[in-house]
Amino acid sequence: MAFGGRKGPAYDAAMADRITRDDVALVARLARLELTDEELGTFTGQLQAVLGHATDVEALDLSGVPPTAHPLPLGNVLRPDVEGPTLDRAEVLASAPQVEDDRFRVPTILGEAP
Amino acid sequence: MRESSYISAHEVAAGVRSGEWSARQVVDEHLAAIEAGDGDIHAFLHVDVDGARASADAVDAQVAVGEDPGPLAGVPVALKDNMCTRGVPTTCSSRILEGWVPPYDATVVERLAAAGAVAVGKTNLDEFAMGSSTENSAFGPTRNPHDTSRVPGGSSGGSAAAVAAGFSPLAFGSDTGGSIRQPAALCGVVGLKPTYGRVSRYGLIAFASSLDQIGPFSRTVADAALALQVIGGPDPRDATSAPQAQPDYLASLGDGVEGLRVGVVSELLAMEGVAPEVAAQARAAADALAAAGAKVEEVSVPAVTYGLSAYYLIAPAEASSNLARFDGVRYGLRVDAATTDEMMVATRTQGFGAEVKRRIMLGTYALSAGYYDAFYGQAQRVRTLITRDFAAAYEKVDVLLSPTSPTTAFALGDKTADPLTMYLNDVCTIPSNLSGDPAVSVPFGTGADGLPIGVQVLAPALGEVAMLRTAQTLEAAAP
Repeated sequence: MAFGGRKGPAYDAAMADRITRDDVALVARLARLELTDEELGTFTGQLQAVLGHATDVEALDLSGVPPTAHPLPLGNVLRPDVEGPTLDRAEVLASAPQVEDDRFRVPTILGEAP
Repeated sequence: MRESSYISAHEVAAGVRSGEWSARQVVDEHLAAIEAGDGDIHAFLHVDVDGARASADAVDAQVAVGEDPGPLAGVPVALKDNMCTRGVPTTCSSRILEGWVPPYDATVVERLAAAGAVAVGKTNLDEFAMGSSTENSAFGPTRNPHDTSRVPGGSSGGSAAAVAAGFSPLAFGSDTGGSIRQPAALCGVVGLKPTYGRVSRYGLIAFASSLDQIGPFSRTVADAALALQVIGGPDPRDATSAPQAQPDYLASLGDGVEGLRVGVVSELLAMEGVAPEVAAQARAAADALAAAGAKVEEVSVPAVTYGLSAYYLIAPAEASSNLARFDGVRYGLRVDAATTDEMMVATRTQGFGAEVKRRIMLGTYALSAGYYDAFYGQAQRVRTLITRDFAAAYEKVDVLLSPTSPTTAFALGDKTADPLTMYLNDVCTIPSNLSGDPAVSVPFGTGADGLPIGVQVLAPALGEVAMLRTAQTLEAAAP
């Protein structure tokens, strides 16, 4: 998705200054967080400051440099296909907020009554 | 602080293995120190008195029948509260995990127990390890044992303070951007971040999976080496653990630095916010190594100056993904609401503190379409530059030297108003997390305020042996 209706070029050195209150509100919704009006203002200013610091990184021309996602040069790592112990179901469910019939119970989904 | 509890892990293990001391006596003495001193320090979120005594009794029973309990026989250890301990609460200092009891042990916890160590409790941290002062804990801050008006650093502030206060000879933390080394520097203890993958992350509650690494706090370099020996090595339960077997860290520990090539990182001496007295101690440490026979030169690692910016895009991006699992369904807090979606929003809104929310939002933003390349992708390319620049430096030298924390311990409340000011604490430690290389902080002198200064020794991936030898030389030469 794009923020504030801007799809724009992927690279824009000034964009850090432009993270808006609406952008932060949308990000919060996506992250399943609810912010008060006051928090929205505070977080917007703070995120602008952090992203503002990152303009040094944005400004670099790194077109020929490959990205690093992970420090170890590991490919697919497979374990031997042998049976081993798994977590104890009763012990796992004992710490769950709500349980029914050996399952995690949640409130209504999709607007249907449970 | 009780002087009698300031014994090393080596001394405890030797005394318990030989039958000179009982593990029970050792643990009771440390539990008494915690009882007497932790009201002021608040290093611990949970002290497991019964569990610790039972473990100590089991160690003593082994000694009684002539069995060897292992290299950490009877050694009290404290664990950062983001490592899973079966049957013992694990909170990450967050309301969102309150009441959760892990159904399994982290690999590190298992290996410590198998080596005869006695876990005394779980230590305080910045919520989900996000912070540099331990003030972001939902359960109140930890205070620096050297001056309780100051922070212990963070995020592993509880573990650093526990070792500094004599509550345990060893403690364990996790380091994503400096969270072991910075509090070690501020509390005047040794703090070691191993090579990424050297220590299994199984059972460590994830913050940023490509950066997180568990490591020890101790009062001596030899104890840090011993602790790493016990917890390190490949683990089939962590697909990102390094497959290489560990060398014997203790065998060559005393060999000194004769002929070793040491590079002082010029950019890190001049980094934003590094106090002159801290840079001066790093230079003094270089002189001490030269006096001990090392060949010391100043080297440039240019890309480290971009470390902070890259880190504060990469780490929040990974965190926003990792912390999606805390949704009120399977563990910890649930705030009831009419629908599941509303329940998730209410639970996360009430369960997470401000810093965690800030990083989740920053990461969600950095990963979003249209911004992914400019922020996250660009940061990953900087990560490549930093790794390349370190590799180039290690063609000229064997280890690198720098300050650990830009300043000595600051006052509680000093940096909480402005997140960016707090983030700058990690400016010298972050590059090693991005490259995955090991680094250790060793106490070296004090500042004008009388508080400890730490010096950081960095080494190439899997280069812990030379790093530890250098650290021990600095320990011996420290003012």
